[in-house]
Amino acid sequence: MDFRLTKEQGELQDGMRALLAGRFGPERLRAAVAEPAPDRALWRELGAAGLFALRLPEADGGVGLGLPEAVLLFEETGRALLPGPLVACHLLAGRLDGVATGERLVGLAQAPGGPGLWEHPDECAELVVLPDRADGPVRVFRPDGAADAPRPSSVDPLTPLARVPEGGGRALPGPAVDVRRMRREAALLTAAQQLGSAARTVGKAVAYARVREQFGAPIGAFQAVKHLCAGMLVRAETARAAVYAAAVTESEDEVCAAKLLADDAAVRNARDCLQVHGGMGFTWEAEIHLHLKRAWWRAECWGGARETEERLAAGLLTG
Amino acid sequence: MDLTYTDEEEEFRAGLRRWLATALPTLPPPPDPHDWPGRRAYDTAWQRMLYDAGYAGLHWPADAGGRGATPTQHLIFLEESELAGAPYVGANFVGLLHAGPTLAAEGSAAQRARWLPPILRGDEIWCQGFSEPDAGSDLAALRTRAVRDGDDYVVTGSKIWTSHAEVADWCELLVRTDPDAPRHRGITWLALPMDAPGVTVRPLRTLAGSTEFAEVFLDEVRIPAAYRVGAENDGWRVTMVTLSFERGTAFVGEVVACRRVLGAVARTARENGRWDDAVLRRRLGRLAAEFTALWRLTQWNVSAAERGGGVPGAGASVFKLRYSHARQELYDAAAEVLGAGALDTDHEWVAARLSSLSYTIAAGTSQIQRNIVAERILGLPKGR
Ligand SMILES: Cc1cc2nc3c(=O)[nH]c(=O)nc-3n(C[C@H](O)[C@H](O)[C@H](O)COP(=O)(O)OP(=O)(O)OC[C@H]3O[C@@H](n4cnc5c(N)ncnc54)[C@H](O)[C@@H]3O)c2cc1C
Repeated sequence: MDFRLTKEQGELQDGMRALLAGRFGPERLRAAVAEPAPDRALWRELGAAGLFALRLPEADGGVGLGLPEAVLLFEETGRALLPGPLVACHLLAGRLDGVATGERLVGLAQAPGGPGLWEHPDECAELVVLPDRADGPVRVFRPDGAADAPRPSSVDPLTPLARVPEGGGRALPGPAVDVRRMRREAALLTAAQQLGSAARTVGKAVAYARVREQFGAPIGAFQAVKHLCAGMLVRAETARAAVYAAAVTESEDEVCAAKLLADDAAVRNARDCLQVHGGMGFTWEAEIHLHLKRAWWRAECWGGARETEERLAAGLLTG
Repeated sequence: MDLTYTDEEEEFRAGLRRWLATALPTLPPPPDPHDWPGRRAYDTAWQRMLYDAGYAGLHWPADAGGRGATPTQHLIFLEESELAGAPYVGANFVGLLHAGPTLAAEGSAAQRARWLPPILRGDEIWCQGFSEPDAGSDLAALRTRAVRDGDDYVVTGSKIWTSHAEVADWCELLVRTDPDAPRHRGITWLALPMDAPGVTVRPLRTLAGSTEFAEVFLDEVRIPAAYRVGAENDGWRVTMVTLSFERGTAFVGEVVACRRVLGAVARTARENGRWDDAVLRRRLGRLAAEFTALWRLTQWNVSAAERGGGVPGAGASVFKLRYSHARQELYDAAAEVLGAGALDTDHEWVAARLSSLSYTIAAGTSQIQRNIVAERILGLPKGR
């Protein structure tokens, strides 16, 4: 047993972190808030870096890596708050044209049972809707502005939302989709993004607590602040163990546990980070609210707390 | 990220399983929890069986009489022992997990030869005399005085919360040898024979009704200088050598046990109708996630130890903070399921609920753990 990252896994993750730090730093993030259209050039770069084709076989032009590697990369996208339907494009790469290379953007949603909304930047060419039953039909829609209006004004300025269409669409071409598996992977990759966000807000809170002074001392010297930060790290590291393990075992229960704990870590760490920043935390300019709002959105996707807790509880009776 | 065990590890597991299956049925019935001499006898008999089978001191270095097992093998040992229902380390705790490793690392050849084999065989029990009435979280404030007199130290003072003091043969004792030196530099580590003249043990009753710890009064107790481990005034470092050598395995058996209890709590709720309450179900579902994660976090820490020789003490603090809280929440949830039954201390979950209250206090309170995490991992400034 060696649960830690291999050298290659560490390098892969560092590479994505460096790419995103260079291409999607704080200024780009701020620009994206003002103008939330996805950066198509960046999307193609991510395609070239293998984010979407990561798990496709090398024979099909993919990278041939596995779910643990995908989780490490998605953690980085969560850390950087990178917007856009990343999970959808990763899971649909190889199924819909142009997605693997980052040429085209597509969406993925859950039919009844999910939040009834999907992440819909205008650039999204197609939407795939997974059925609530494992053997139900997988439908593809071509969103057009008129049909899915009116759109809700999304709480997260970086996540434009639209309602999931109820009927219609056409069948997804190609071999049958393993619906349970796709949902499970969507939940896990979303959890990985939550983990990245949770780790990022610990870092932000600690950095601020070191430099902000009140009463003649850095606020991080006050135990009330210190203990908030320690609690944040505990949440992030516990979620990390759950998320990484679920990537290795792919067990349904472990994915539920990972999603539940990562959602919790992302939401609560963003809240505590906000608290550590005082009035600054309540501003539009500080990126903290973006972590919180995105965490709220992701927590609704692919299994919210009620659903996962009930599932895990049911598992206790059979397990 | 690999969660599979090597062939060698699986072989170790299989051999251990076979042995446990033959050894456990030969054990006498466990003693009454309040019968401390009986518990000592039971715990040491088990230790002797482990010794005879070659499993004693698994994680100790080979030159100390151990098996030099890897952290992963130790994890497997603790996991399988728990799954098979084997006794806990019990009264052997301090000897096997603290005093012994300290002696192995810092003792002279003669000291190792004198003290280590009896620990491994279950012949001698150790206790830990660190805390004092005025030195708890702030251990370096300890005041028990040791004055050199010829070949002896003469020791006067008192210790408190000393677990298993009533049945111990030896005590790893921290004393102040230089009251004028900076606090951490005037402390010395001594091995105290518990039957020395001047030692008085007064059991303390815990909130669970048991007497598992005691006050230890020391009135001009003579301890031979040959029982000093490490140099005079170097006791703080001697102690920290083992405290910082955590292999991530501290709570392996307990996490396995908590997962089993959680399943039993769910089934009980199903039987008594409380399962129909969605709030309770969700509470149990969340605990399932919690203990799944704690198991994986254990494997994460053990893997780090495997690579680097030890988990930084701070990684252990992250685990302990989360685990001690989860354990308390588990038994609170069990109490919700039991309803009025939770008022009957004969129920094992009620007894466990009471003892779970010590988890956020013993071995460094949760507040102290948060200080450690904030200062040593996150690098926040030291404060008061
Ligand atoms: C079941 C049990 C078994 C034990 N066994 C042993 C044993 O075998 N040998 C032994 O030597 N000791 C033993 N102990 C003692 C244990 O290590 C101490 O109880 C513990 O270190 C806390 O010390 P204290 O009880 O003096 O509490 P205090 O240190 O007085 O703490 C009281 C409260 O103040 C808080 N506090 C103190 N300092 C700070 C700070 N700097 N920042 C924030 N909060 C702070 C604490 O968190 C706590 O909430 C045992 C304790 C228990 C409960």
